[in-house]
Amino acid sequence: MTHAAVTHHTSMGLDNRKMAFWAFIGSECLLFTSLISTYLVYKGKSVVGPYPPEILNIPFTSVSTFDLLMSSLMMVLALAAVQRGDMKWGKIWLFSTALLGLVFLGGQVLEFTEFVHKGLTISTNLFGCTFFVLTGTHGAHVAVGVLWLLTLWVRALQGKLGPANAMTVEITGLYWHFVDVVWIVIFTVVYLIQ
Amino acid sequence: MQEGGSVERPVHPSADVYLRVGAVLVILTVLEIGVFYVPAFRPVLVPVLLVLSAAKFTLVVMFYMHLKADSRFFTFLFGVPLLLAVGVMVALLFLFLGALTLKGAAGAG
Repeated sequence: MTHAAVTHHTSMGLDNRKMAFWAFIGSECLLFTSLISTYLVYKGKSVVGPYPPEILNIPFTSVSTFDLLMSSLMMVLALAAVQRGDMKWGKIWLFSTALLGLVFLGGQVLEFTEFVHKGLTISTNLFGCTFFVLTGTHGAHVAVGVLWLLTLWVRALQGKLGPANAMTVEITGLYWHFVDVVWIVIFTVVYLIQ
Repeated sequence: MQEGGSVERPVHPSADVYLRVGAVLVILTVLEIGVFYVPAFRPVLVPVLLVLSAAKFTLVVMFYMHLKADSRFFTFLFGVPLLLAVGVMVALLFLFLGALTLKGAAGAG
């Protein structure tokens, strides 16, 4: 069966799955901007500590940021490999992307655990509440992305993923890169601009 | 195998372009962290960090998400909610920070 048989395209000549996914990403922009706005509006209004400069670990988060940037690079390399039919490298890059996503999640679990041990929980103060909701929502998106990537990798191992399904990999990539750009903003707004 | 006959297929960048963009992203991140730690940048820290962050955001969206080569309609689908979201954020910040300023002025008066 050719991919043409399962591809639904609009009268505009665009793939409808991709169009729907861009609309979804647009709605996600609104979600994350509302969370970032809430963080900024309540910034500096906590009446009890711990406060951001006392608790945020910039070197550690910088490593997590590099990790997520590199995962985005691997995602596009995976797409390029699948598009040219090089499934050996397609599988390697897909798995590497998922692995770096898992490393990022591990880092976030470590960070959250450390914060809780230092006395910052979601109910401690306004900073804790807005910080955990924002970064936790982002982490949940990363977790979904990792599951999605691992599913694609397993399908590739089963021989069910090839150049004919490149659009599926491209849409997965759109989601993954969006998660990355959200982190680019969070890293700057929450961690670097204190 | 080809994808759907009349479906528009943009020309995606090569792996070489992806690697170059990756290198630029790493350099911009190093600059961000460097600027954060250099005391001389304190007065201009926020604008510099916002510009660097916007540059990284744009690079990922243009090259890794392929908006540079893809249909303009996808740019519209992404750009309109993004502009709306940024507008709402700026309005909220003005509303809350403005309210604080007015309260402070009233108290002083």
